[in-house]
Amino acid sequence: MTRVLFGVLAVIVGVGGSALLFWALNWLVDRLPDGTADRLRPYAFAGPALLLVGLYLIYPALRSIRDSFYGDRSEEFVGLDNYRQLIEDPSLRSTLINNVLWVFLVPAFCLVFGLAIAVLADRLSGRWESISKSVIFMPMAISAVGASTIWLFVYNWRPAGREQIGLLNAIWTGVGNEPVSWLQVSDGRLNTLLLIIIMVWTMTGLAMVLLSAAIKGVPEDTIEAAQMDGATESQVFWRVVLPQIRSTITVVLTTIGIAVVKVFDIVFVMTGGNFDSDVIANRFVKELFDFRRFGQASAIVVFMMVIMIPIIVLNIRNFREQEALR
Amino acid sequence: MTVVDLGDEVLPAQAAATSDSPRRWLPGNLSSVVPVALLCILWLVPTVGLLISSFRQEDLVKGSGWWTALTSPFEGQWTLQNYTDVIESGLGTAFVNSFVLSIPATLIPIVAASFAAYAFAWMDFPGRQALFALLIALLVVPLYVALIPILRLYGNFDLTGTFVAVWLAHTAFAMPLAVYLIRNYVGSLPKSIIESALIDGASHFQIFWRLIMPLSTPIIAAFAILQFLWVWNDFLIALIFLGSDRENQIIQQALVRLIGDRGQEWHLLTAGGFVAMFVPLVVFFTLQRYFVRGLTAGAVKG
Repeated sequence: MTRVLFGVLAVIVGVGGSALLFWALNWLVDRLPDGTADRLRPYAFAGPALLLVGLYLIYPALRSIRDSFYGDRSEEFVGLDNYRQLIEDPSLRSTLINNVLWVFLVPAFCLVFGLAIAVLADRLSGRWESISKSVIFMPMAISAVGASTIWLFVYNWRPAGREQIGLLNAIWTGVGNEPVSWLQVSDGRLNTLLLIIIMVWTMTGLAMVLLSAAIKGVPEDTIEAAQMDGATESQVFWRVVLPQIRSTITVVLTTIGIAVVKVFDIVFVMTGGNFDSDVIANRFVKELFDFRRFGQASAIVVFMMVIMIPIIVLNIRNFREQEALR
Repeated sequence: MTVVDLGDEVLPAQAAATSDSPRRWLPGNLSSVVPVALLCILWLVPTVGLLISSFRQEDLVKGSGWWTALTSPFEGQWTLQNYTDVIESGLGTAFVNSFVLSIPATLIPIVAASFAAYAFAWMDFPGRQALFALLIALLVVPLYVALIPILRLYGNFDLTGTFVAVWLAHTAFAMPLAVYLIRNYVGSLPKSIIESALIDGASHFQIFWRLIMPLSTPIIAAFAILQFLWVWNDFLIALIFLGSDRENQIIQQALVRLIGDRGQEWHLLTAGGFVAMFVPLVVFFTLQRYFVRGLTAGAVKG
């Protein structure tokens, strides 16, 4: 009960405080001579937001780049040592292979499933269309930790002889196989692929929503014209609809791609990065918390920023094209 | 940075709008019903499995698959014990903490971003374009870069482990997307209403509260839902800035702790999962339209 009370109080103080800050800033500006007040007011309005991003994003980005050239406590300059260690670490290769798998497979599968649902559900009656879309979309609202909890019950393993409570092993043993501890099997990156399924499960809804809106935006007359010329339905889809939603497809791939580069929670919860299933974001958290090697951790972060650059460039180019079309 | 201009019409609204005129360029009806139904079942089964498990008795959860409950649904195996147990085991406190964390972390960014958006849209000042471009560029900075430097900064001020620390972090990380979304909306309001208000002697501060905020509710609602779910579902930032103190733990951390105990506490984990998902699911099912609108307008942030 006191906790709830404390909570309500904290909420009031936090929210009220921020509103009060702007009121006070505005009040202060009002005290100034007219000309000065007009010139300063925009900064009073935009200032807090800019100050926050400066402190929480710009400064840390620069600081991380600096720290990546310094030692564990960020005191002595070590040149490229952190990067050298990172590259020479034999387990890094395995981690990077996993990340490559994540970055390619998750967006690709989300695109395929999302497109399939967007196209097919469009054919259903309005009611069923929105129900089926809600079903696919629902995992977007669930946290990665919650999604992992759900999937732990799918991948659960019990030794042979005991009744399986995981769905996958129940099916697997049902057709006459020995139960498998799925998340510990790294052959063929099986465990990584199983974790990838979880993310595909959560992100397909996003792909579906974006693609569905784009498909509905395709001008009806282009489709009718093609049909008039005798195009089959699949020709209409591949040659008329798909080219017109190309920019949305790019957005879907890059959006999900950016989210995937940062994937952390699922791996942290499901395997902790063990059994060759590690990803870079999880390595970062390990370096930070388990080993307290700030130099190494910073190098990983800088590395992450660098591998995101191509995706970001692609996204920005696409964004510019869209803005130009407006 | 993802920006898709879809307007307001998405999901249910649009489904209803187009249902009268199904498009003819696609395969026949049955051939779309079957795959859609299959995909939906595939998507639902894992969640349904957890939901059913969460209402089964402890020994049953641990001893047999949830699907066995379907073959004998009336044999008195159902219970709410898992829920009461897990809430008493500390998940209740964590649930309250999640609200204490999420509400300000949703509202503070709205206030800060709206003021900034107003300034960028309707006030003229040197550096306006450049500063806005800088904000947009920051959309793509992964928030991982912030964790170590901010953790150290917090260390200097004894902020680590406090709610204020996490509110501020979430506010700052939300800023680029929030300012971008709200500015685009506020900027598209008719110039004449703001000018006539200025002529009538209203101050910018008054215009902001009395005119801009009420007119901008659609985009603010969309952003609010996005941000609330984001904060509620976040684990990483809480893990790093809130720390492992059990008293302050939020629901995601509590759930991860439960997962850590797995093997013994499967029955608690099932219920815990749903306690954690309860709020997002309610938000999702009641405010789906706004959620979709927010997502499509800006799907990605650091």
